[in-house]
Amino acid sequence: MTSSILEPEFMEQTLAGAAGKLLGAGPLLNDSPAWLQALRSSAWQRFEALPMPQRTDETWRFSNVRGLDLSAYCAPQPLAAEAGDDLVARSRGLDQVSGRMVFGNDQLLSQEAFSGQLREKGVLWLPLEEAFEQHPDLVRKHFMREDAILGSQKFAALHQSQVRAGTFLYVPRGVELSLPLETFHWMTGQAGACFPHTLIVAEERSKVTLVDYLQSADPASEGFASGVSDLWLEAGAQVTYVCVQDWSAKARSFQVNSTVVGRDARAVALSLQLGSAAVRSESVSHLRGEGGRSEMLSLALTLGRQELDQRTFQIHEVPHTSSDLLYKVALDDVSRSVFSGVIRVNPGAHQTDAYQKVRNLLLSDEAEANSAPGLEIEADDVRCTHGATTGQIDEEELFYLLSRGIPKKEAQKLFVDGFLQEVIARLGHDALGESLREKVHAKCGANHHWAE
Amino acid sequence: MTDTDTLDIDRSVGDFSYPEQHEFDAGYGLTADTVNYISNVKGEPEWIREFRLRALDVFEKKPMPTHWASKDLEAINFDKIRYYLAHGQKATRSWDEVPEDVKRTFERLGIPEQERKFLAGVEAQFDSEAVYSNIKKAVGDQGVIFVGSTEGLIKHPEIFRKWFGKVIPTGDNKFSALNSAVFSGGSFIYVPPGVKVKHPLQAYFRINAENFGQFERTLIIADEGSEVMYMEGCTAPKFETATLHSAVVELVALKGAKIQYVTVQNWSANVFNLVTKRAIAHEEAEVKWIDCNIGSRLTMKYPGVVLKGRKARGEVISIALASDGQHQDTGAKMIHAADETTSNIVSKSISVGQGRATYRGLVHMPKHLKGCKNNTECDALMINADSRTDTYPAISVRGTGNAAQHEASVSQISAEQIFYMQQRGLSEAQAMSLSVNGFVNDLVRQFPMEYSVELKRLIDMEMEGSVG
Repeated sequence: MTSSILEPEFMEQTLAGAAGKLLGAGPLLNDSPAWLQALRSSAWQRFEALPMPQRTDETWRFSNVRGLDLSAYCAPQPLAAEAGDDLVARSRGLDQVSGRMVFGNDQLLSQEAFSGQLREKGVLWLPLEEAFEQHPDLVRKHFMREDAILGSQKFAALHQSQVRAGTFLYVPRGVELSLPLETFHWMTGQAGACFPHTLIVAEERSKVTLVDYLQSADPASEGFASGVSDLWLEAGAQVTYVCVQDWSAKARSFQVNSTVVGRDARAVALSLQLGSAAVRSESVSHLRGEGGRSEMLSLALTLGRQELDQRTFQIHEVPHTSSDLLYKVALDDVSRSVFSGVIRVNPGAHQTDAYQKVRNLLLSDEAEANSAPGLEIEADDVRCTHGATTGQIDEEELFYLLSRGIPKKEAQKLFVDGFLQEVIARLGHDALGESLREKVHAKCGANHHWAE
Repeated sequence: MTDTDTLDIDRSVGDFSYPEQHEFDAGYGLTADTVNYISNVKGEPEWIREFRLRALDVFEKKPMPTHWASKDLEAINFDKIRYYLAHGQKATRSWDEVPEDVKRTFERLGIPEQERKFLAGVEAQFDSEAVYSNIKKAVGDQGVIFVGSTEGLIKHPEIFRKWFGKVIPTGDNKFSALNSAVFSGGSFIYVPPGVKVKHPLQAYFRINAENFGQFERTLIIADEGSEVMYMEGCTAPKFETATLHSAVVELVALKGAKIQYVTVQNWSANVFNLVTKRAIAHEEAEVKWIDCNIGSRLTMKYPGVVLKGRKARGEVISIALASDGQHQDTGAKMIHAADETTSNIVSKSISVGQGRATYRGLVHMPKHLKGCKNNTECDALMINADSRTDTYPAISVRGTGNAAQHEASVSQISAEQIFYMQQRGLSEAQAMSLSVNGFVNDLVRQFPMEYSVELKRLIDMEMEGSVG
């Protein structure tokens, strides 16, 4: 897309972006409720007080902490009407959804509910700003209640001081939504910024699926994004959350996720990491109710100089819980990946069943994969296993395909597709799976090694 | 076993001490004077004194690694440690020359006379200096040098200086810097090209003075095509206050050489055992660390191999037993730096009572290498409900020519197994002991025979109290 969606004033500000519009501006204090303003102000103080991460910090081991100069970015700027319409038109997700919300530069562009079910069943599905106004008690009870604990405290604080865009989804007890909900977050302009937020509160025995799409209007623009997604599952709830991260190839992005799993609840969270020059993703599962289960999934194809830095924490707080993590990364060119994840079993959390599996597929001689799968176990009656492998396409398997007349490029694509497909299949959602797969294929197409 | 009581180990078995008279004593605390004192007493050449003083500077500048390591390190008070003590005797070569009380100590440790004679060379370190050093004639005839580190640096500077501090630079970590400043004791071994040392070379290390740190420094060089096995085992009497043990061990395996380094560590439960061990393996060389940690309050030890030459191979076999009040923070490092290098790490740990066992590993395969492989397996066994185990591996792989795989599991002894054995008339303690021995059996078998017997006995002893 073109940059014509920018208003002239914004272009000027962008050029003067180094003046520190984002950093100098302080917390976002619009006409929001007093409690929120207080929260944002204290978050801003934390943001300013916390030091920038250093490579010597254990939570930033292997990370590239350069290029974190936030003064290079501007606060989210208002969009022109036609630019907004353009983005709404480009917000294509699944064919069948219950509802779709679109944000551009942290501003609500459209909200469509395709299912009458939502209102009838008492489901709240609101832009975050509306939820702050209309359901302050419900929101305050859950809004960023779990601290970021994997290293990005500073960026989570920044998020909290700036956040206004995103979805609040509340599903009452016993309500099941058969079709997914979708939220699109667009970032536009040069050196823009974006703070997408997702808050899901699923009451007892409710069931819902939400998909977030994080995208840049201009694939060549620079930008900064710091998103937070929090999932709260009460007893017996089932939540599937998918995040498709496809910011521009020059963006620097952060995602901080926390999932709190209640008794007999089941959370499935999947990240498809496609965009960003450098992305840092942190995901924490709190297994807080007996019988709770959390599945943590991620797949990525990294190209060029991309850096993918994923940190996870599976915290088993009570007995009889399970967690299962599967992270797969295919790396080409000079891209790098970091995985650092810990399974933690708290004292007394017996009958924990935890698994962690990390697979890296190196497609070039310059690609680099760093894995640090960890275990911290303080109970004896547990089953905890992890495995991390890094390898390449098997020569013999490749030879087999070549001998069947399949060109090498095509064969490599097939391998990558098969490699990543395992993660998508775990979703158990055909339409959504197919849509994710198409996105992976599109990225495969962007790999110049495989270009026709 | 959720219903078993916390292990209560009877450590008094190793509790004993004899009055010590030290001819040389550097006093408490660490300053440039301490370092100069040590260097003077040992009559060292000037370059070593300078090396020590530079190391002291590095030690003082380096922070404690508490951002990743145990906070327990803060309990070390460097001012309350004596950095050098010695009898002032020369290393003795025949049994008759060994002082009577030292002999009594050996007796109490239960080292059989037969074994002493059988083993190729016995190097017993008794408070900082090698008190007893006996090299079997045959080994000497083969041209093998097996002496204390001080003797090595004075008498064989042409070999010693070439490799000393090259595998583990002074600034590698705070404790390698400390060792570099105050080291005394340890072994220097040189095996000439093509020589295969038939009998293992062995050293016993002992601590026998309160508040006394031991900083031995070992350097082993296996020249082209040679083979050598070195064993060290240590037991210590129980002291009132914490003691620091901080060794540096450097191995150099030249082209086609093989080195096996076996350690059985059983310091008393008040010792901080912070050791840096690393090897360089040249082309087609093999280095194998066999490491067993049973004692100490906190052990931090990650034997490593830098695989510098094509087809070099590195291996770490590690057993850790962490009982109440103990933290065994052990692991391995494999730095692949040439094509077709392979490495293997197998680690098994047992956490008993409130003991904590940690595996920390590092595997590094930089780009443009071909055909490198690593395999890592870590298994942890949890005996009691409040035991703790951690696993922190870090694996970096670049390029399409290499492969690394890591697997770890945590489990407990199956209640069914115990029940089965009790059915057959074994007591619960015997059953537990059998299970634990079974868990580590495939690794224990890799130890030299006399050590594997000792290990089994130690595990039996530890398990005796683990059930109520």
